[in-house]
Amino acid sequence: MGTHSHHHDYNFSEQFVFTGRAKTLSLVAIVVGVVAIAFGLLSSDHIMVERTYANLLLMGYYFTCVCAAGGFFLAVQYVTQSGWSSGLIRIPQAMASVLPIAALLLLVIIIGGLFSHNLYHHWYAEGLTDPQSPNYDALVAGKASFLNAPGFLIRQVVFMGSYSICSWLLAKYSYNEDMDGSLNSYKKSFKLSALFLVIFGFTTPIWSFDTIMSLEAHWFSTMFGWYNFAAMWVSGLCVITLIIIQLNKRGYLSWVNENHLHDLGKLIFGFSIFWTYVWFAQFMLIWYANIPEETVYFYKRWEPEYKPWFWINILINFVAPVLILVNRDFVRNRNMLAFVCILLLAGHWLDYYIMVMPGTVESHRGFGWIEIGAALGFVGLFSFLVLNKLSKHALAPAKHPFLEESLHHQI
Amino acid sequence: MSNTKYIIGSFADPDEMMDGIDRLQANNIGIYDCFTPMPIHGIEAKLGVRPSRLPIAAFCFGITGTMLGFSLLYYTMTYDWPMNIGGKPALPLPNFVPVTFEVTILLCALGMVATFFFRNHLFPGRAPRVMDLRASDDRFIIAVDARENTDHEKIANLLKEAGAVEVKYNERKYVSYE
Repeated sequence: MGTHSHHHDYNFSEQFVFTGRAKTLSLVAIVVGVVAIAFGLLSSDHIMVERTYANLLLMGYYFTCVCAAGGFFLAVQYVTQSGWSSGLIRIPQAMASVLPIAALLLLVIIIGGLFSHNLYHHWYAEGLTDPQSPNYDALVAGKASFLNAPGFLIRQVVFMGSYSICSWLLAKYSYNEDMDGSLNSYKKSFKLSALFLVIFGFTTPIWSFDTIMSLEAHWFSTMFGWYNFAAMWVSGLCVITLIIIQLNKRGYLSWVNENHLHDLGKLIFGFSIFWTYVWFAQFMLIWYANIPEETVYFYKRWEPEYKPWFWINILINFVAPVLILVNRDFVRNRNMLAFVCILLLAGHWLDYYIMVMPGTVESHRGFGWIEIGAALGFVGLFSFLVLNKLSKHALAPAKHPFLEESLHHQI
Repeated sequence: MSNTKYIIGSFADPDEMMDGIDRLQANNIGIYDCFTPMPIHGIEAKLGVRPSRLPIAAFCFGITGTMLGFSLLYYTMTYDWPMNIGGKPALPLPNFVPVTFEVTILLCALGMVATFFFRNHLFPGRAPRVMDLRASDDRFIIAVDARENTDHEKIANLLKEAGAVEVKYNERKYVSYE
């Protein structure tokens, strides 16, 4: 037996066939989502319209974050010259290719919400910065050099545009690699990844300040950006893992086995703890210092209608993954890992819910057809776009320089 | 009866050592242990090595640290001399989390290192003992217990057929770095 054997029976040119139940269900989910959102937006009750916008923002942001996490995953793998992941890299590539569409959708939601005053009205309304106006808000006026509509929109376009271009190009280079087989694509990917990580690292906190934190414009937290980054990265990893497990069960990706899933599981475990670390660091300092302008955020979330969910958030996103994924046999078990991924994806929906709702619909929160409909619609859209992209290319990057290392990955 | 305790097959190539393990096992010759300068994938499964119990030790040390850290805080901050700090309760649980967490990590890490040293007979001031000096350098070693497997000639031949560059008959189990 050789440790560097080059004999294997894998069919690297195999392609995902996107038909049947997966296609039907994702299309049905899209239709359900479109109907629910249309009903919500056309409602005569202005609270219902605002709640629909809040849900659109929640799911649009979640969708964009998961796709951006696909691009971030690629960049991290290229920069660290990782070999273990090369066999499964087509899945984050499909997610990264969908990022431009997700970003465009979120931009439409943000612009619609901003100019219809359903979102961001805490800092974007008539007279907020005019000392003569009865609406004058000194705190918002002090932040106006940053929180103003043109600056906000320019930042959204520049940030999401740069993530989209880099992610899309990273996937594109790898698809090109299949054709020409040279190292050029890999070298270009390496350089672009380094650039992308610098842009991404410096701008994602500001992006989350803009998109989510500014919903409650009086409040600020420098931890908020990393808190959002952790949520993005954990949910992105869960989606990658879940897609791999589903493909595996249908006989695809036979070269991706429990060793690769173990590594993904370890990342999910580690970054769930990181998420908790950042969440707790933000919470504890504010709780201890007890300064009114900071505690207002948690005060709202400790109102009776939010408090149970506030604690369930920690239970799902910290306690559950730690207790389950600490066990080696559980991480290597496909069904158990898939269960944790689904739990965490639901958990981070709740996490975003607790970030968005108290700043938008406040006490008029609810969990009804609009929440379920919007979530279903975006899950359907994501599944349709990603699986469609996945079916366009071979499931293995056959010319990836480290593919052989991935086949022999063992931990 | 010879005084040979262990037969040492010394290989220059990991693939040849793996082949040597296969040949010995095909002839029902038990292998005492293998020593390699770098990790070899799949060798644990081939030799039937049981998974390490270090995580269990780590958990025990960690939970001890959790209790120790929490007890320290509880005794000093809540029981012995409660103080009003910023109007917070005498048992401010969120504030206890960082210290409890750090003591858990500290005891877990130190305990694992201590367990590892204890298990491998590595104590301060003691020269480490190994079965072959070059196992930590450039050789891949298979050690066979010569008392249990009496056909020494056959063992040596199997090792040489697999590509062993040297076969040694050691009368003592360990050689010391001294």
